[in-house]
Amino acid sequence: MAGGSSGPVPPARKRKSVMGTRPWVAGLFLLPALVLLGALVVYPIGYSVWRSLFDADGSSFVGMENYGDIFTDDATFTAVKNTAIWVAVAPALVTGLGLIFAVLMERVRWSTAFKMVIFMPMAISMLAAGIIFRLVYEADPDQGVANAVVVGVHDTFAESSVYPNARPSPESDLKASGGGAFTTTDTVRAGVPALLPLVGIAPNKLPGDPVDAQPAESAGDEVSGTVWLDFRLGGGGEKGAIDAREKGLSGIKVEAVKDGEVVASAKAADDGTFRLPTEADGAQLRLPASNFAAPYNGVDWLGPSLVTPAIIGAYAWMWAGFAMVLIAAGLAGVDRNLLEAARVDGANEWQVFRRVTVPLLAPVLVVVLITLMINVMKIFDLIFIIAPQPTQDEANVLALQLYNAAFTGSGDLGLGSAIGIVLLLLVLPVMIVNIRRLRRERRR
Amino acid sequence: MTAPSVPVKEPKEPLAAAEPAGRPERSLVSRLASGAAGGVMRIFLILIALLWVTPTVGLLASSFRDPTDIADSGWWTVFSKPAQLTTESYSTLLGKEEITDSLLNTIWITVPATALVIVIGAMAAYAFAWMDFKGRDWWFLVVVALLVVPVQVALIPLSALFGDLGIYGSITGVVLFHVGFGLPFAIFLLRNFFAEIPRELLEAARLDGAGELRLFTTVILPLGAPAIASLGIFQFLWVWNDMLVALVFSGADSKPLTVALTEQTRQFSGNIETLAPGAFISMVIPLAVFFAFQRQFVSGVMAGAVK
Repeated sequence: MAGGSSGPVPPARKRKSVMGTRPWVAGLFLLPALVLLGALVVYPIGYSVWRSLFDADGSSFVGMENYGDIFTDDATFTAVKNTAIWVAVAPALVTGLGLIFAVLMERVRWSTAFKMVIFMPMAISMLAAGIIFRLVYEADPDQGVANAVVVGVHDTFAESSVYPNARPSPESDLKASGGGAFTTTDTVRAGVPALLPLVGIAPNKLPGDPVDAQPAESAGDEVSGTVWLDFRLGGGGEKGAIDAREKGLSGIKVEAVKDGEVVASAKAADDGTFRLPTEADGAQLRLPASNFAAPYNGVDWLGPSLVTPAIIGAYAWMWAGFAMVLIAAGLAGVDRNLLEAARVDGANEWQVFRRVTVPLLAPVLVVVLITLMINVMKIFDLIFIIAPQPTQDEANVLALQLYNAAFTGSGDLGLGSAIGIVLLLLVLPVMIVNIRRLRRERRR
Repeated sequence: MTAPSVPVKEPKEPLAAAEPAGRPERSLVSRLASGAAGGVMRIFLILIALLWVTPTVGLLASSFRDPTDIADSGWWTVFSKPAQLTTESYSTLLGKEEITDSLLNTIWITVPATALVIVIGAMAAYAFAWMDFKGRDWWFLVVVALLVVPVQVALIPLSALFGDLGIYGSITGVVLFHVGFGLPFAIFLLRNFFAEIPRELLEAARLDGAGELRLFTTVILPLGAPAIASLGIFQFLWVWNDMLVALVFSGADSKPLTVALTEQTRQFSGNIETLAPGAFISMVIPLAVFFAFQRQFVSGVMAGAVK
């Protein structure tokens, strides 16, 4: 069909194109693309500019009011602030990680495998990454790996309470004495073993290897007693008495208190028995609150204060591979002799990195940073998925606010359009740089 | 090293290690010291790699456990109790019509959106690279300018336009949107590549009497295959992984998997037995593409990251 264009062409028109194509043929090749670009990309920009000057339902002209609202409307202003945080933190973090990985990776033989591991998250959707990190940040340390690690580390270094839900059985003499502690109303006598029955824990949920509780032997002028779980699987047994198969509560702290002063304290043995010295004679027994404190449950990753940093972490997980691969490509082009020369001059590895490698990589680092900034300005999916409904307002960003304003609830298309235009203005400098670079290349 | 123009020409071996040039001899002490430092560094990198795979492993492990086990203990217990592993969540999920329909919709959206961008983009790129017409450079500048336009700008205008055209809430609308926003990058990437095709090849074909269409299909497309592959992979993944566009433009019976899963995340909290296998199903294709076409994948993703 286009064969008609093969006729003789005046040489003057053959500047760049050998083909001597007739304009209408070029037009046919271009037409679909230009029509689609015009209708789907250019027209929407014009429409958005126009629409942003009208109110929510488009009925009256409001001028620049929607743009003012971006900074006065609470929800939108939070989004502005968070977008600023994202742009300031995430690209720098990701570029830093990429730089470290790229430099270190060069020195191991399995760098290809390492690259694949770090780059893999780039393949998956932000939705999938969001679901992955919802699971990571799950608050319950028995579900979310982040909190499992945090709690594990915390419990290694800090004493944790053993029986968070335990409480005295109603029949016992122990009564709540404020602050979560329980104290006997009567005083103990040496030689008369005290009974401190607790309930509120399922016998099969006891930590460690519970041992059957034993009555304490009366030992001369010492005070003794038993702390045990006054309940056994299958029920039965007498309340307030140590029955067969009822377990001792090992490790519970027992204090002897006289006139509000702690005179002695001890920890229950595996079978629940404890011994206190003579001074405890005539004291009240107290089970301090530390026995029952709620366990440390880790960090509230997706709570109001940490939700944005947590999601930035998920973003870094996704994009570090991108930065790493670009920087590694730049690194491969760096002249090794320069690094070697610096080493010969006595520079240590850190100095070589800081004074030679990084400056040589500066152009690549800038490209990576800018690309990530553009990317981060438009971040939407990760926040939409990871931030739970109650804290989504705290994690709000511009792209999410545009969606919320325009497509949920009453639908403020004026404000939504204004946010869209602001997003466009934010990437405008990059657009100009792209055009400039292209024209420079052309002139060469 | 410039941003979008790098990839197609450069990354011949983007995942291959660069061997440092030969080092001069060192003293025993400094070799021992650097050996120890190398050991620390190796351990550090191994820890980083573990840190990077753990989240994905967690999702994978969760997707193969049943809901009671999930509620009872963390996914890491499967390593001590492999008996917990079950494909039950997958069969439950794939038994839901909503999910299978949405998976089909994903395919119905992704395949045309990729094919159209390649065909239309390649035609325009060919015109920009090898045809002579008035204002060619100016038009190309416009295309380059459109490279970084955020999709968010078009959400409101196009939902109005598509509403008028009656394609709002349909697969057609979603596909059109992706084609429109895929084209600037496609044209840019392909034009740069096509322009490098040796002039002699085109002239020879022209002397053989080939018309524009035959030149395009027999010379440009085959020689441009590497760039087209990178573009195709990038566009395919972009559309497959998209959630925002589909969230706005698809309807109840045209929503892709990402939107169906998003609704799950919003409707209930913590129904990981649906989300984990769902997310994994949505990841299988991208991961397969990643492992099968690493080179094109990396160059495509690198080039398109500005989007």
